[in-house]
Amino acid sequence: MNRFLEVSVVLFLASIPFWLGNLYYLHILITTGIFIIAAMSLNLLLGYTGQLSLGHVAFFGIGSYTSALVSLGFDLELTESYTFVFEPKPVWFAFLCGIVLAAISGWLIGRISFKVRGAYFVIVSISFAEVVRLVSLNWIDLTEGPMALNNIQPFTFAIPGLWELTFFKKEPNYWLVLGLCVVCFVIIRRLVQSRAGRAMIALRENEPLATSIGVDVTKYLVLATILSAGMAGAAGGLYTHYVRIVDPDIFLFIYTVTMVIMVVTGGKGTLAGPVVGGLIFGILPEVLRAFASPEVQWIIYGILMILIVYFLPEGIVPAVTQWWQRRARGPEGSMSQGSAPGAAS
Amino acid sequence: MPAKTIQQEALTVDSLEVHFGGLLAINSMTFDVRAGEVLGLIGPNGAGKTTAFNAITGYIRPSSGHIAYRGASLAGLSPNEVADLGVVRTFQKTSVFGGQSAFDNVLMGLHRRQTRKALHIIFGLPSVAAEEREMRDTAREVLDFVGLGPRADELGSALPYGEQRLLEVAVALAARPSLLLLDEPVSGMNPSETASFMQIMGEIRKLGITVLLVEHDMKMVMGVSDRVVVLNNGSIIADGSPGEIQKNPDVIRAYLGERYKKKAQMRSTARVGAKGKKRAQG
Repeated sequence: MNRFLEVSVVLFLASIPFWLGNLYYLHILITTGIFIIAAMSLNLLLGYTGQLSLGHVAFFGIGSYTSALVSLGFDLELTESYTFVFEPKPVWFAFLCGIVLAAISGWLIGRISFKVRGAYFVIVSISFAEVVRLVSLNWIDLTEGPMALNNIQPFTFAIPGLWELTFFKKEPNYWLVLGLCVVCFVIIRRLVQSRAGRAMIALRENEPLATSIGVDVTKYLVLATILSAGMAGAAGGLYTHYVRIVDPDIFLFIYTVTMVIMVVTGGKGTLAGPVVGGLIFGILPEVLRAFASPEVQWIIYGILMILIVYFLPEGIVPAVTQWWQRRARGPEGSMSQGSAPGAAS
Repeated sequence: MPAKTIQQEALTVDSLEVHFGGLLAINSMTFDVRAGEVLGLIGPNGAGKTTAFNAITGYIRPSSGHIAYRGASLAGLSPNEVADLGVVRTFQKTSVFGGQSAFDNVLMGLHRRQTRKALHIIFGLPSVAAEEREMRDTAREVLDFVGLGPRADELGSALPYGEQRLLEVAVALAARPSLLLLDEPVSGMNPSETASFMQIMGEIRKLGITVLLVEHDMKMVMGVSDRVVVLNNGSIIADGSPGEIQKNPDVIRAYLGERYKKKAQMRSTARVGAKGKKRAQG
């Protein structure tokens, strides 16, 4: 029954392009979906292992840049006489390269910070993001720096010799994002409902106790970082081939903050949290745009954040779940007390 | 367990020394735990009991000396590697996964019994689901074993103190130890909880699990231990059966002071009330 519900939700989401009719709205849904993937990946680290990665956008950006560069090709003048030439590769291959390179950098961060926790992990991750940003800004031979990489190819889907589809239009991009959202969601759900996810939660809740019962916390922290970085890299790759331009602004701190806000308001450590948070903070700016100037928008976000943190400290999803459980338990409670109105109705 | 195995040494601690800076926490400690027995480790506060636990289970590095379990050295192993050898401990200060239900606490403890790797999990192999079902059954059994079955859905932090201590033991047992190190398991329990915990200790022994017990509740230690080792100022001062320890003059001196040595030796004749008075003065 539950599975049926899940499939219906996905089918409903997949049907949106057929009846929405407004390409601008579809564009919003695509970018929101990309941010939701990034937020889900951050939630794996922040929500389950309890480690705040404030440089999460680095993985997103590495995925973007790698995917863009591999699909565009590049040449590097290594010495006076030798120039390394990298031929353009198919987009799907570039996309995979982006995921892999992001995952490798995740592994690196996980290894470097294997002894540091909490505030120190935050610092390591911020520094990493800043280093990557500076590289993208200054290694002009490779990244074009602030001139940005443009004319990036969109995704193509081909059955060789028979049929080829290039994702210039919004609809296929939407389905691609939706598909990746579902894949990431399923992977994360399988993980957190297994021994691996319990090991991560054990690390978050009580590290000495976790190690005493044989949990290799470093291993699971590294695993979480790799998967999280890989998913963020995938989101970055999707973004690149959708907007078809990438510049160093992709590493801006504000994007990491946006992801953190999505995770925290939605409910960290819950599966649905980043989805709910991502939907709110992906769609809200567009709704507000109609009647509020950008400055006012920021004020509204700020107030909303404070209200949510103040009244729902664990986030929206846990609050709703608790309310639902209390409501489900409510009638039983009133029945045992022999409440007359309940019995009458 | 057959009596034969009792003679076999499981854990050997040989001239263990632990320094914290200039402070000598443990001075040349040598003792062993025999397979299948319950060994009580007692001593006044600050004698180095918890430090010894931390050294054995890899939470601190000893300054010198050897620790071996079943012939394999524990030197340089991290706590989770020590646990992988079957040596699992509990903590003096209550330590549970507070934000998780009692059931999930035990599920986490079952980590070591599960074999499915991350890739199996990500691809959702059927074996993962099968193992998961099996573990949920096992978790219920472990909870029932310590008598927390009815509390399965309560949050760890919401349980009363005595039950948290039981949950802690359940989590440790879930990790399938062959040697269980219990650090003051009944501190904070009321007398009836302590009594039922002593019964659980009997059940644990029946499972063939060797136990090293640190505890201040003398009635409990003397009641459940096969052998007792007494630690004072970082060194072992006595080693013997509970009956021998109670009569040992060095032990009496360590606990009650020199002045009471003679009187305490004759305590079998002393009245209980008078003894209590002396303790209070000491």
